[in-house]
Amino acid sequence: MNNICVYCELEEGKISDVSFELLSKGRSLATQLKCQLEALLIGHNLEGFEKEIFPYGVDVLYTADDARLSPYSTLPHTELTVNLFKETKPQIALMGATSIGRDLGPRVSSALGSGLTADCTELEIGDHEEKKEKKVYKDLLLQIRPAFGGNIIATIINPDCRPQMATVREGVMKKNIFNPNHKGKVVKLDVKKYVPEECFIVKILERHIEKQKSNIKNAPVIVAGGFGVGSAENFKLLHNLAAMLGGEVGASRAAVDAGYVEHDRQIGQTGITVRPKLYIACGISGQIQHLAGMQESSLIISINSDPNAPINKIANYVIAGKVETVIPKMIRYYKENTK
Amino acid sequence: MKNYKIIVLAKQVPDTRNVGKDAMKADGTVNRAALPAIFNPEDLHALEQALCIKDKFPGSTITILTMGPIRAAEILREGFYRGADDGILLTDRAFAGSDTLATSYALACTIKKIKDYDMIICGRQAIDGDTAQVGPQVAEKLGIPQVTYCEEILKVTDKNIQIKRRLERGVEVVECPLPLLITVNSSAPACRPRNAKRLMKYKHSNTLSKRQENDNDYVEGGLDSYLTIKEWSVNDIVCDAKQLGLAGSPTKVKKVDNIVFQSKESKRIEDMDEDISGLMKELIASHIVG
Repeated sequence: MNNICVYCELEEGKISDVSFELLSKGRSLATQLKCQLEALLIGHNLEGFEKEIFPYGVDVLYTADDARLSPYSTLPHTELTVNLFKETKPQIALMGATSIGRDLGPRVSSALGSGLTADCTELEIGDHEEKKEKKVYKDLLLQIRPAFGGNIIATIINPDCRPQMATVREGVMKKNIFNPNHKGKVVKLDVKKYVPEECFIVKILERHIEKQKSNIKNAPVIVAGGFGVGSAENFKLLHNLAAMLGGEVGASRAAVDAGYVEHDRQIGQTGITVRPKLYIACGISGQIQHLAGMQESSLIISINSDPNAPINKIANYVIAGKVETVIPKMIRYYKENTK
Repeated sequence: MKNYKIIVLAKQVPDTRNVGKDAMKADGTVNRAALPAIFNPEDLHALEQALCIKDKFPGSTITILTMGPIRAAEILREGFYRGADDGILLTDRAFAGSDTLATSYALACTIKKIKDYDMIICGRQAIDGDTAQVGPQVAEKLGIPQVTYCEEILKVTDKNIQIKRRLERGVEVVECPLPLLITVNSSAPACRPRNAKRLMKYKHSNTLSKRQENDNDYVEGGLDSYLTIKEWSVNDIVCDAKQLGLAGSPTKVKKVDNIVFQSKESKRIEDMDEDISGLMKELIASHIVG
């Protein structure tokens, strides 16, 4: 009772990375709160997944195994999660901020009347004092996320309602094996008891999952462009530099919105979070949502004609100049010096 | 042929995509007055989906529902210009400070009052919060299914609807019975432009209170009563006051911090050949690249 529960999502028969990242974060929060870490896995043919899940420090794994529960569909997964949570009363529930988690999370929170914070970039435990009522809330989940135009960071709490729910994007938390020999117990849920027949009214007629086109998350070097790159044409320069350095091209939301580059390259709070060895920011001013997705890069180079661009504050090198002048020079001198 | 009753949920949002230099006040708070208020972009994509259904089934009706301050009547007018038939502005101090759950509750109570609908269509998320929660929460409160991330409505019949969904890494086609709630992605077609005739017809439409202020000859129930935008308060819907506004919001903002990034020792260099050559040599020597 009053444990932490992570909804683990399955995509094409594999557990998503974001679920392992949340289990890692959940483990450290559970240790701090001296409670258990639970995981919920819903799908079909779930035998064996416990071997992947327990090393993350999971004490109890709930499984709901039924052919009709795979692939993900809103109503049955909601019903199962809601009915389980009514029984187990977790104090914290975490989900990935993915197509699945962002569809499921709000529906579950509405059914339970509990608060949900989307796209958190940090999760901590802390106390809160309600000064007016002189009431102190102990050990709340502090849900931290950039807000409103990205100029502020808000800390959100759910003082009274449980579970305290949060979604987190893939790559934001770090994936850590807790103990390879950690053993928990598996609790198999009787699906019929949790999901009424009338929940299976939406039919999936077709489904195509594409292979990821880019591998930005694991790239050692990222050359990212912002609105300041100016055109899709100029983005070719970034592709050339990235290809030469063995890296990938990323982008800020402004560049994606302007149509310079495809959406799956967006880096930041509502895109991918990255930690490359080298991050070259080209014409990116550096709104906080973008910085939230790349500030842990080992070395940051900013190319910007505006000397006061906010991103320059976190850059190791600031090159004052235009992207279309600087990149060809970088390419030229890289070639000259590696010959 | 069946006609469909469609409710489009829309929100007026500050245009966070075009944040100018004066968007922040000196004390670090947001200067809302400096940000233009716009029709939330994905809600316009939602309106287009509704209009496409109306194109195919001409007797269908589209009602836009928005919750916000009086000023939000602007987006209802914008919706009329593009083809919406009716608009409701839900506005009351009682809704102030609502989080997504309290907002969904108020909208769901309003939809229960409207009562007769086949589908509710809204944008996936609003650009001022990016939470994507209100759509699914409204669906849950009404006890109807939801289909999120709609890119295209493929087929509508009396009983069900086929929708192509855009997922992170793929697409899915689902079939769902009516009534349902659909959230529309930005990858769906953009909304058609304003129609000139409708612009002329509806440009003076406004809420009752504003019309009375502006128009000396205003007569309630007169010939031009189509110009009156419905303005509903908390008294026009059946709801539990405890679930509204700040009090009805389970999430609270504990604190708000301005961003202060630890300034690194940035090394500033020019775009001159020797500077960039030096930088590339350093990167290669330290095995960061190459």
